[in-house]
Amino acid sequence: MIGYITRRLFYGVIILIGVNLLTFILFFAVNTPDDMARLSIGARRVNADAIEKWKVEHGYDKPLFLNARQDGIARFTDTIFYQRSVTLLAFDFGDSDAGRDINHEILERMGPSLSLALPTFVLGLLASIIFAMVLVFFRTTALDFWGVVLCGVMLSISSLFYIIAGQWLFSKIFRLVPYSGFSGGLDIIKFLALPIIVSVLARLGAEARFYRSLFLEEIGKDYVRTARAKGLGEHIILFRHVLRNALLPILTGTVSALPLLFMGSLIAESFFGIPGLGSYTLDAINAQDFAIVRAMVFLGSALYVVGLILADVSYTLADPRVRFD
Amino acid sequence: MALSLLEASTVLKFRLLLLCMLLVGCSPESGDSKHGAADSPINSPYSRGAEQRNTLYTAFSQRSPKALDPAKSYSSNETPFTYNIYEPLYGYHYLKRPYELIPRTAQTVAEPVLIDKQGNALAANAPVSAVAESIYDIKIQPGILFQPHPAFARDASANFVYYPIKAEALSHKFSIADFEQTGTRELTAHDYVYGLRRLASPRVASPIYSTLAEYIVGFREYGQRLREVDRELRKGLAATTTELPWLDLRSAGFVGIEALDPYTVRIRVKGVYPQFKYWLAMTFAAPIPWEADRFYSQPGMAKSNLSLNNWPVGTGPYMMTESIQDRRHVLTRNPNFRGEPYPCEGEPGDAEAGLLADCGKPTPFIDQIVFNMEKESIPLQGKFLQGYYDIPQVDSGAYGVAMLVAATDSADKASLYAEHGIKLPTTVEAQIQYFGFNYKDPVVGKGDTPVQQMRNRKLRQALSIAYNWEEYATIFNNDQAAIAHGPIPPGILGYQALPLGYNPVVYDLVDGKPIRKPLSIAKKLLAEAGYPDGRDATTGEPLVLHFDSTLAYSASSQLDWMRRQFASLGVQLDIRVTDYNRFQDKISQGSAQMFALGWDADYPDAENFLILFYGGHAKVPTGGENVVNYVNPIYDALFEKMRDLPDGPEKESLIVQMTDVLREDAPWMFGVFPKSAGAFQQWVGNAKPTQMVRNTLQYLKIDTKLRHQKIDQWNPPIWWPFGLLSLVVALTLGLAWRALRRQDKQTAFGEVSR
Repeated sequence: MIGYITRRLFYGVIILIGVNLLTFILFFAVNTPDDMARLSIGARRVNADAIEKWKVEHGYDKPLFLNARQDGIARFTDTIFYQRSVTLLAFDFGDSDAGRDINHEILERMGPSLSLALPTFVLGLLASIIFAMVLVFFRTTALDFWGVVLCGVMLSISSLFYIIAGQWLFSKIFRLVPYSGFSGGLDIIKFLALPIIVSVLARLGAEARFYRSLFLEEIGKDYVRTARAKGLGEHIILFRHVLRNALLPILTGTVSALPLLFMGSLIAESFFGIPGLGSYTLDAINAQDFAIVRAMVFLGSALYVVGLILADVSYTLADPRVRFD
Repeated sequence: MALSLLEASTVLKFRLLLLCMLLVGCSPESGDSKHGAADSPINSPYSRGAEQRNTLYTAFSQRSPKALDPAKSYSSNETPFTYNIYEPLYGYHYLKRPYELIPRTAQTVAEPVLIDKQGNALAANAPVSAVAESIYDIKIQPGILFQPHPAFARDASANFVYYPIKAEALSHKFSIADFEQTGTRELTAHDYVYGLRRLASPRVASPIYSTLAEYIVGFREYGQRLREVDRELRKGLAATTTELPWLDLRSAGFVGIEALDPYTVRIRVKGVYPQFKYWLAMTFAAPIPWEADRFYSQPGMAKSNLSLNNWPVGTGPYMMTESIQDRRHVLTRNPNFRGEPYPCEGEPGDAEAGLLADCGKPTPFIDQIVFNMEKESIPLQGKFLQGYYDIPQVDSGAYGVAMLVAATDSADKASLYAEHGIKLPTTVEAQIQYFGFNYKDPVVGKGDTPVQQMRNRKLRQALSIAYNWEEYATIFNNDQAAIAHGPIPPGILGYQALPLGYNPVVYDLVDGKPIRKPLSIAKKLLAEAGYPDGRDATTGEPLVLHFDSTLAYSASSQLDWMRRQFASLGVQLDIRVTDYNRFQDKISQGSAQMFALGWDADYPDAENFLILFYGGHAKVPTGGENVVNYVNPIYDALFEKMRDLPDGPEKESLIVQMTDVLREDAPWMFGVFPKSAGAFQQWVGNAKPTQMVRNTLQYLKIDTKLRHQKIDQWNPPIWWPFGLLSLVVALTLGLAWRALRRQDKQTAFGEVSR
């Protein structure tokens, strides 16, 4: 397995270099350093002198890929691409175009992002599995029918609606939680209660329906009939046997998403005023802050690569038949 | 043992309360004001009792201010910080309108001494051509202290505590509050000199340097010298390093900006430039203590986000004490502030509005200003209506206008705002929204030959008549804008109120009221321009004009409306939606045919608007602010004469003449003067909307008792949904149990056995 993981990590590095190159080309295809300077300084009284100073200050006063004015290796190293890329592989993201340390910002914002994403992930997974199991348990009754209808309704509604409806109901009408905000200590609960509930509800319909179909597929198999013939209770069959056998496709989706929890949620963080990495990325895109966009895309890609490797590893734990040798 | 009904009810209440505590982390007393003064409602976004403190809560949208370095800061969302932390030499009277320039740290608003080329003093009314320089000797008030800051901290031997400091010592310092020791010192003229010199620094991308370098003697050459000094300092350092040795501006000076003594700043301006005094009311002219510049230049500071850009050092009423990017910024009363007295005079109506009641009292009134990030409008509005924001946005009048519009559209909203006692005072600001014709364009521009020039002018005039700005203001500004008949907004010398100041090219005066000319006149002008019924008289081709816009397609209603205005003359409008950067490129290159833009005055002087038409400031080729590239020698001559004059009848007369030239040439459709509205809770006192006066926070006050009472009144929590939820859960469980029983008793034939 170690050989397999090493090989995957090596591929991952190549993917990351490719992602970095692609991000760089895409960003600078639509945005010149002059554009970035103009946007940063403002529309009024922007002049060539100010633009030039800004570019020098932020290291954008060099050619993108090839510096014809230099000789030897410096033709490639004294360029924006090289100088902005080489530190990335060591996860040193440098400064944002606004002059703030990106590594520090990521560390500061990781906590708020995780405090929303982790409970949402765990509770959402539990709620979806339990709800799907209950539907399967009552599969011959009207409860299953109405449960599936409910899932259909829930998955048809945009997550934005859950947020707005949640804020309207619990913050405006019932006045039980604040509209938005974030705080440390115990106060964190009152700020995160609504976002977590809303986020869990928003994914419940789609996931429960998917898991239900997985469980239903399993429940018709021979080993379930054997278990019933042995006299095992339905709940034991479901939670001990069916769940374990249906776990593989669930793991594919969940374990690979696990590292991405660090990246936060774009919409929920924005609406609930949670200062996490999701809103950080969104703000950087709006402000055309290349340094942050590049860092976040790079980080996201790296985490995704790790997630996929973890998912592969988790197969071996969930299903002893899976081996990488 | 069965519980009695009462016991069961008590248990249920206890469980609900426990659930509430688990869910929202509330204290048992939360939401119940009877239990103590420090309680806050359960939905309060602040810590317990926060609304009872002398703290003003407001919000900022989108993102944290980008640049708090006064040499760089030029965005309105930065001004609540920069103008309340820094003190330029001058400011504007908080209450008087038209705006009046007053000294802030200066003793008086200094009049310049005029000298000729030989250095001889001239009379104040000397001809402009004889004046070589205007010398401003500005005296500052003694005894003004900087805010407490670690840059000033000294030990018992008078050595600086935090200079030099090793980068390792900064590894856990990301805030000024992380430094234990602070110090202060008296503000001197040298700090203003240092701040102004810094505008020329090659390490500071100041948007204003090039403009001021045109006026201040030797400023451009000084910038070149600093480049040389900087180049020397960078020798041997990696090109990418951000850890640069300090560029000490004390040693390298020049004659244009000097400190004559600790309390006198001398600035030498080329020729006559009466508007120069207004630049001294902006934070570009803020004092910068050299200790702070040196402190922040130390290795490791930038890496810890410690810079003038994030942690300003000023003498103003407030200082930054907390700064969490894109989350929260806190201004706290500067303990060293001298307590500037509240004004005793204002404009008519201010006394009746209670705005003079605090006459002479030392400011600021509020201890702390908390700015929270609110990206979305729903939470912002929700919290404002719940009382958790005292002012939704300090830096912009847009929110107040939106509330006024909502109140006009909906009787429910109007009554809700009235019930909450929300104050929405309005004012017309020194700003304009206009529609520009690029004067370099062959169709709508100046034209090459006299005949073409006449045709193009008539085309612009025809379009100006057809484009119904009254309708625009009603639909898109919800009547919260005044129609512009010229480029000068109300409240500025040169503005002529209606009906005297109406635009005779676009309007007729009927019963003393300006009425837009009929479409038939526009059509006649269009025909005379060579486009009868919107078709080229020579080729028969339809006239297609191009409008560049940064408006997204989501604003299609506005774009459709514009198309209809042009279509009323048979002219086709091709709309090109571009992103901000492409739009700026087109403007810079002079390739956009028509566009809509706005202009906020830097200072309340007509020159700041009329320069937008001055040929010497055409965007192509000078890169100036005349984005329509309008060039008219008659106008330019009038402008050059007007800008050198002090306020008075002669200047006013010239402004009127220039406005007439612009009306005739119509390089702009003058558009509207948007209104600005403040939105204030009933407990916020001394509030007066303004976009020109930016150091307003020190004048505001809060009735914290009223706020606490109203917040409690408006936010009682509703608990019955938990009961309902329990019922639903119980019902579902019951149904499940029944279904289960039914399932268990079901036979292989689908019947339920008994």
